[in-house]
Amino acid sequence: MSFQKLIKAAGFIMLALVAQVSFAQTKVVTGKVTDSKDGSAISGASVAAKGSRSGTQTGTDGSFSLSVDNAATTLVISYVGFATQEISISGTTPIEVSLVVNNQNLSEVVVTGYGTTRRKDLTGSIATVGTKDFVKGPLTSPEQLINGKVAGVQITTGGGAPGAGSRIRVRGTSSLSGSNDPLIIIDGIPVDQQSGIAGAANPLALINPNDIETFNILKDASATAIYGNRATNGVIIITTKKGKSGKLKINFSTLNSISVVGDKVDVLNAEEFKNVVNGKGNTAQKALLGTSSTNWQDLIYQTAFMTDNNIALTGGLEKLPYRFSLGYLNQDGVLKTGSLSRVTTSLNLNPRLLKNALKVDLNFKGSFTKNEFANEGAIGGAAFFDPTQMVNRNDNRFGGYWEWLANNNQPDGLAPKNPIGQLNLREDKSNVTRILTNLQLDYTFPFLKALRANLNVGIDHSKGEGTIYIPDSAAMTYIRGGVNNQYEQTKTNKLLEFYLNYVTDIKSIKSRLDVMAGYGYQDFKRESPNFPDKRADGTEFAPAGPFPFETQNTLLSFYGRMNFSINNKYLFTASYRRDGSSRFSPDNRYGGFPSAAFAWNIAEESFMKGSKVFSNLKLRLGYGETGQQEIGNDYAYIANYTLGTQTAQYQFGSNFYPVNRPVGYDANIKWETTDTWNAGLDFGFLNGRINGSLDFYLKRTEDLLSFIDVPAGTNFTNRIFTNVGDMENRGVEFVLNTNILKKSKLTWDLGFNVTYNTNEITKLTKIDDPNFTGVPVGGLSGGVGNTIQIHSVGYRPSSFFVLKQVYDNAGKPIEGLYVDQNGDGLVNDLDYYRYKSPEPLWMVGFTTSVGYGNWNFSTVLRSNLGQYMYNNVFSGNGTFQASPLAYLGNVHRNYLETGFANSQYFSDYYMENASFLRMDNFTVSYDFGKVFKNKANLRATANVQNVFVVSKYRGLDPEIAGGIDNNFYPRPRVFSLGFNLDL
Amino acid sequence: MRNKIFNQLGILALVALVFASCTKNLDRQPKYGNTAASLYVNLAGYKSVLAKTYAGLTLTGNSGPDGQGDIAGIDEGFSSYIRQYWSAQELSTDEALIGWNDATIKDFHNLSWSSADVFLRALYSRIYFQITLCNEFIRESAPSKLSERSISGADATEIGYMRAEARFLRALSYYHALDLFGNVPFVTEADNVGAFLPNQINRANLFAYIESELKAIETELKDARTNEYGRADKAAAWALLSRLYLNAEVYTGTPKYSDCITYCNKVTGVAGYSLVSNYRNMFLADNNTTSTNEFIFAVNFDGNRARTWGGTTFLVHAPIGGSMSAATHGVDFGWGGVRTTKQFVQKFAGPAGDSRENFYTSGQNLEINDVSTFTDGYAIVKFRNVTSTGANGSNPTWVDTDFPFFRLAEIYLNYAEAVLRGGTGGSSATALTYINNLRQRAYGNATGNILASQLTVPFIIDERAKELHWEGVRRTDLIRFGQFTEASYLWAWKGGVAGGQAVSNNRKLYPIPSSDLVANPNLVQNPGY
Repeated sequence: MSFQKLIKAAGFIMLALVAQVSFAQTKVVTGKVTDSKDGSAISGASVAAKGSRSGTQTGTDGSFSLSVDNAATTLVISYVGFATQEISISGTTPIEVSLVVNNQNLSEVVVTGYGTTRRKDLTGSIATVGTKDFVKGPLTSPEQLINGKVAGVQITTGGGAPGAGSRIRVRGTSSLSGSNDPLIIIDGIPVDQQSGIAGAANPLALINPNDIETFNILKDASATAIYGNRATNGVIIITTKKGKSGKLKINFSTLNSISVVGDKVDVLNAEEFKNVVNGKGNTAQKALLGTSSTNWQDLIYQTAFMTDNNIALTGGLEKLPYRFSLGYLNQDGVLKTGSLSRVTTSLNLNPRLLKNALKVDLNFKGSFTKNEFANEGAIGGAAFFDPTQMVNRNDNRFGGYWEWLANNNQPDGLAPKNPIGQLNLREDKSNVTRILTNLQLDYTFPFLKALRANLNVGIDHSKGEGTIYIPDSAAMTYIRGGVNNQYEQTKTNKLLEFYLNYVTDIKSIKSRLDVMAGYGYQDFKRESPNFPDKRADGTEFAPAGPFPFETQNTLLSFYGRMNFSINNKYLFTASYRRDGSSRFSPDNRYGGFPSAAFAWNIAEESFMKGSKVFSNLKLRLGYGETGQQEIGNDYAYIANYTLGTQTAQYQFGSNFYPVNRPVGYDANIKWETTDTWNAGLDFGFLNGRINGSLDFYLKRTEDLLSFIDVPAGTNFTNRIFTNVGDMENRGVEFVLNTNILKKSKLTWDLGFNVTYNTNEITKLTKIDDPNFTGVPVGGLSGGVGNTIQIHSVGYRPSSFFVLKQVYDNAGKPIEGLYVDQNGDGLVNDLDYYRYKSPEPLWMVGFTTSVGYGNWNFSTVLRSNLGQYMYNNVFSGNGTFQASPLAYLGNVHRNYLETGFANSQYFSDYYMENASFLRMDNFTVSYDFGKVFKNKANLRATANVQNVFVVSKYRGLDPEIAGGIDNNFYPRPRVFSLGFNLDL
Repeated sequence: MRNKIFNQLGILALVALVFASCTKNLDRQPKYGNTAASLYVNLAGYKSVLAKTYAGLTLTGNSGPDGQGDIAGIDEGFSSYIRQYWSAQELSTDEALIGWNDATIKDFHNLSWSSADVFLRALYSRIYFQITLCNEFIRESAPSKLSERSISGADATEIGYMRAEARFLRALSYYHALDLFGNVPFVTEADNVGAFLPNQINRANLFAYIESELKAIETELKDARTNEYGRADKAAAWALLSRLYLNAEVYTGTPKYSDCITYCNKVTGVAGYSLVSNYRNMFLADNNTTSTNEFIFAVNFDGNRARTWGGTTFLVHAPIGGSMSAATHGVDFGWGGVRTTKQFVQKFAGPAGDSRENFYTSGQNLEINDVSTFTDGYAIVKFRNVTSTGANGSNPTWVDTDFPFFRLAEIYLNYAEAVLRGGTGGSSATALTYINNLRQRAYGNATGNILASQLTVPFIIDERAKELHWEGVRRTDLIRFGQFTEASYLWAWKGGVAGGQAVSNNRKLYPIPSSDLVANPNLVQNPGY
């Protein structure tokens, strides 16, 4: 369906909805809702006439007034955290209703994968975050909704660019060279784990966060093993909002924000830079100095505006509950010329047919995103461009921008290019559409009510296309004559899942049996046509490759799970999945992934029944095996030949011949396998006002994929992906949520989670070799092919691998002098040592919310402790050298500390503790209550995002995935104001 | 009710059928590309793989200039065979040093590399990529395979030549392994690709293997100068044998100077080989047309159709810096890295007018205070991307200039040296003629000619430096003359000190990369590492 058609269809539906709002004979019922415990008023409770569409909410004093149909006899009063009550309309008003606290945490529905369960029946480690707990504010991508909210989940945004992606880690990293990304399932469709779609910074951002109802994060293997060989990195199940029967409800929200850049890279100003050049430079360099004073960084950033508007309609059309939403987001980047605009729409139809025997859920989500990507090269470019030069030339050459010229009067190929020119002369645009739709049929067999069948068919289709244009006059591509290129990628992911579920109570032994068995088929296809590489004038710079890109992989799975509970006290779960994956040879294609778990509801024991202290106490033990099949290649086990491009030919005589290369491969490659042990304790005190959990886990990964050297002479490459290593992750997660105050006017909630995770590589080679240093990783900026991290046995993955700096008496690093660690009289690559890890040992999340009358204040703080950063901004730019090069580049102020003339990339001087405490978010909201003649409810929200960061780290931002800081797109501080209107 | 049950069972059966039909979907094959069975069906298929065995020497992968690298673990541009071979043979000597800060690149000139060196690993990986690739071609072009595939007649004959060429290329790479690493893993076409651990062959045995291979294909290759330009012929095998024998004493302890002379004579006996009149033209963009009379085996580059960041693109760009004009080299800009030492410059102290002397000195210091500073040390102008008529190469970024592995001048020098060192089958008079031919070409006249009394072994090493500098033989020559690690000859920053110093003799061999020692426990490290 084209986008225009979609809009039209949506329009019709809206018309139909508006038409159904009708009028009838009414009477007015009034009353008050209070808390049974202390008699305090409950505001915001929902009051509705049973069987009718009319309903309202209580005011701050707990009172309500509702027009109901004359025929109405019963009111339904509900409020989050309290048991829903029905009360008859006896004719005498006001009606007094006293609600009883319901241990909501325990009755919460948890999505377990191919089913749901109540939290109290759960045996695995699954965290649930629902709408009311989502992070508030200007969030463009779903994962940001839960940042800091869940123990064991680390979400690191990739920077401040519009729609930037995040790196998500559940319980650390358990793969070195494969993927560490969790499996994300949206409304039952596991999305492609291969990174992204061309033209979108973040494929998750193609889903509107406002359409999301809950996140369920499956953490331990007893929960995730049902997803087999994709489950090692955890599973995140995202469920979108559904239709609800009842009268039409319209929710409109608008959020507008401005983003400002905080600190900029601390470089020398023009005057200081001149002093350095005049002091340390050679004659030629001194002559290069200009006469201007330009702060380049000020020129590339802007205060950026964002608006996010959403409308959602929910209700029932006869027996057809629906939800329709439309969202429009427009976000400018703080780096000039970048922007994102996104239209999202979703439609959910949820009819219940055949006397409720057949539940139909049709979900449709569509998004259309237009990106303009700013040239991020300008970030580092602006920081270090010579501040003594002017912005513009006196003529129109090079787009009118001042540039360093070589002696042929053309731009110097090695010299940095004018950052303003880099920004303004590169047009990088893309359009990305994504359609994600599925139909789920859930049928309860009339002749056997304990049995239901569930069929889910879905498709996730995305298409990205984009163009890059740089005029031939632009210095950055002057030599090649500019750029005029296009690209395109299509991804299609098809799903068919079918399962049977049988649930029965065996009354004789007070037991309950819940058995599920299913089948899944999923197919992923990725295609990109080949385009030639063109100059600005459209002529070919390099021809297109010989073949378009197309790759496909398929998964075929059988799975089953059994839950058995005795007397609500002893809960047993066992699951098994058999996955077949096209990525592996027939010999390795199928794998089995079992799990088993046991939970003991201690609070249900008779000796605990009288306890006033514990409202919940449960011990959970679980074990499971999972796999990780993201090996980066769909055909890694197959021997084949690839044809080279037209620019990689070989000349025989006067003719050129394309080459055919046999491709290196590992015929025996298979997935990584992880065994996870988990022990957890859930507890609740004071009728659930304090609740929390404590989990310990141990993850052992075997057959770790590593990109290792093959014995020379045995393959068509020197390194292949193969299963060689072992790794361990150990951790503790602690969660505490409390409801400190709950008075009529004042409430105070506090949530706190702490995660400790550490890991160690225990094996890395096929044959044990104590002399093996490790696999270098972590490319740095500077030189070519330099790395700063290493995977080594006995250490954490990606440990930094550096030389120990020697300092003089004054504490100043001595240039080029390092400790000779092995004492052989030479300082060389045998003297590197492993230093700390970029990943935190501790992560703390703290959220709190205070309500006072109509006001609400909430905040999210996060802290990572024990993480380290390689300051590549310092190491790459903290030097100044007398140089023959015909251009100058500014230096970082750090140069004044070191005085280094040559880059000392591998010095541990550049290692810094990047532990931090960040206030992600501070929100104030005010509930206006009824407005527009009681027809609507209005809430206003003011929010500051990225409020402050406390850290010893000397670079701009201590939170950078991977631990190498190099010209990071700064995370802006965002001030926003939003309104939410419920009709 | 009954009907309903049947309907439902029917649906279940249908679903089961759909599932069953899906299992074959797990056999996903790449949509594009070839398997051995679909590729080796005709001459063109074979030729495309043969092209790769040659391109393995010149390009870094299947996408020019980068994007689908052949080997991993290093920036693709650095992974070029010629670039790393050149670095190992030249940066370690008086002829070249580099100012860059890339990883351990300065360890070459400091003679301080370790077995973990990323560049040595790249070179070693390149050599074995070539060997494995050639093994595959040799396997797939066996006569039995051709008859299986019903290839016969002229096509089968041509594929037979190609097979001999693949054996030559394998012998060339094994020769490099012999010279650089000494005792190395040994695999032939009998070893299929897969998980196995090759055995190590010692230097003497590898010498014997290379010798036997080259002698075996001597008859199977096309006659000298009858193959297409860029492909190996009999003379290429002879030239390699000549170099192998010249260094036999280093490799095996037993000198073979007479054999060296034998194979020099085979080359010089071919009608058509002659010295190119202008020395400098041999290193220009059109050397594929101007220099074929002297080139015995050269590998080809092209700015548009064969792009790489290594090879001659590196050799042209990297030595341009300071106040040098990139345009006069036919390229967009210099990479500001490679210069030479004072000791090499001083080799040209003889009579003026030697066209092989081509230093760029403006703004350059003869003395090197700081290795990282381009202007310390004279720059050398040798490989350039302009034609003999002064036109630019086809592309300012990627270079057209071909790289000669063997040319007639080296055969002359090999001959003269072998005669001087006591080899039989040649004459001092011819040796003197050959040397004076080279010098007359260099000077354009007889002013540089030498007398028989001047033709001595020490003369040869300096003459080789002048004639063959930057062509990838210097380290081998210095080792043969006992000057590589020893104190008898010091150059700027030899051993990592400004005035130069001797280093341990074990550095005459590079270490087996530690990565391969880990991967293959059959291997024993070279002494001293």
